[in-house]
Amino acid sequence: MELLERFATGDLEAFEALFRQHQKEVYAWTVRIVRDTGAAEDLTVETFWRIYRARQRFDTAAGNFRAWARRIATNAALDHLRHARKEAPLSEDYPAAPRGDPAAQSELRGHLRRVFHELPSKYRLVATLALIEDQPYQQIADAVGISAALVKVRVFRAVRMLRKKLSSLGVEVTAK
Amino acid sequence: MTDEMTDHNEKELRALLKLEFPPFEAAELERDLWPRMLRRLDAEPHRVPWFDWALAAAVAAALLLFPGAIPALLYQL
Repeated sequence: MELLERFATGDLEAFEALFRQHQKEVYAWTVRIVRDTGAAEDLTVETFWRIYRARQRFDTAAGNFRAWARRIATNAALDHLRHARKEAPLSEDYPAAPRGDPAAQSELRGHLRRVFHELPSKYRLVATLALIEDQPYQQIADAVGISAALVKVRVFRAVRMLRKKLSSLGVEVTAK
Repeated sequence: MTDEMTDHNEKELRALLKLEFPPFEAAELERDLWPRMLRRLDAEPHRVPWFDWALAAAVAAALLLFPGAIPALLYQL
């Protein structure tokens, strides 16, 4: 029996093999969304827990475990963003890059960070992947389970929301 | 707003966001998570919360004592 079929029947060894094959990729995808290495580790385990529970629904004929895992990982990350948004701004494990340091720039950075964290989770997710991580729209669409056109719309709306919120704080992002 | 202006605005904001939130291009998992996965699997096998059992027992008792409530219950479902 093939690995995926054995996994679908609940074979723990098959699940372990799939876990070991895909854990790095799931982690790498998740950490790009949540931007917190500790949370990304937890969410990788949560993702595979969801995968294991849903194993009977996995389509072994289609057999695209990678895409299925990525979609589940994206949903788990989105749940995390929703929960984290209610509690506190997310931590950033990677320090922000140094820039010129006038007070105005420091203020801009603070405002940008704040308004970005205030974006509704579904917009923050696509904005993070599209604008910061430069992921192709189609790849984001596959992971979120929406069309590439809708991803583009959400990115557009996220940009508009960011500009509006920054503008209300007296910050205009202008071309140089 | 034209597409060109929209693209231009998006580029500015994209550049600022990347400065504030550097991309995680080379994020590597530093440890094997399988032991944690195993602990998670061991911790939650088919666990039914006590409240669910209590609720099921209460419903069963109520239906035994008041069979006339069965149609009302079915209607609510």
